[in-house]
Amino acid sequence: MESVGSIILYFIVALSMIVFSVMAVTTRKILRAATYLLFTLFAAAVVYFMLDYEFLGAVQIAVYAGGIVVLFVFAILLTSRPGDNTERLTSRSRVMGAIAALATLLAAGYALLSRTMVFLAKPAMEAPTMDNIGTAMLGTGEGQYLLPFEAVSVLLLACIIGGVVVARKR
Amino acid sequence: MEITAVYYLIPALIMFCCGVYGFITRKNMIAMLISLELMLNAVDINFVVFNRFLYPEQMEGMFFTLFAIAIAAAETALAIAIIINIFRAAKNIDVRTLNEMKF
Repeated sequence: MESVGSIILYFIVALSMIVFSVMAVTTRKILRAATYLLFTLFAAAVVYFMLDYEFLGAVQIAVYAGGIVVLFVFAILLTSRPGDNTERLTSRSRVMGAIAALATLLAAGYALLSRTMVFLAKPAMEAPTMDNIGTAMLGTGEGQYLLPFEAVSVLLLACIIGGVVVARKR
Repeated sequence: MEITAVYYLIPALIMFCCGVYGFITRKNMIAMLISLELMLNAVDINFVVFNRFLYPEQMEGMFFTLFAIAIAAAETALAIAIIINIFRAAKNIDVRTLNEMKF
């Protein structure tokens, strides 16, 4: 049995996640789409906090809200005038998009709802401490992630160099 | 009322479907990238929820999400560099009008 507060928090988060993600793909002003994306990412961060993954929630806010959304806003301001509306959608592309989205929703939703019995209540868990996370990330044993960690660092280096090479003035 | 995994998976599913809809209907490249981020984020939530509800003593889902966030950041940075480069060459970023690779 959950406390009343966490149920209320859950409904606020779920509702804002749904509403803001719908608005992010339907609004005609591109800068607003980026703002609604930011709110959706915050809602996801709250989900991580609710599930006791505090480190992950902090990373979500720092990297997504702090990094990626700022990049989006800069790119939008560089490529379009603020206040511009995107063109109205043709009904054909809207129908195609709606069909694809509804097909995904029905297929995945059916698979999900036909197996609700698998999921029991949230089991008790100690929130992973920074000690656990650091050991798992920088260890070489089973279930430890030194190699992917180093691979990601090489990927980020390649991304920095690639970004500079692609975007510089010729 | 008991909040089980399905209560978290359904908003994530709706978020993913919004991403699919936006990716198909949007014509502006940055708007398409925003839809892509929505889809990636929905998948991240799924990883975390499955980890928390089915295998609470392990941390695999959490690490997958952590690396997915890092890769999403790299991908977005590079995609925006490409978009800005295209904008510099073609003066717009509408996918319908960009049908030549070399300007």
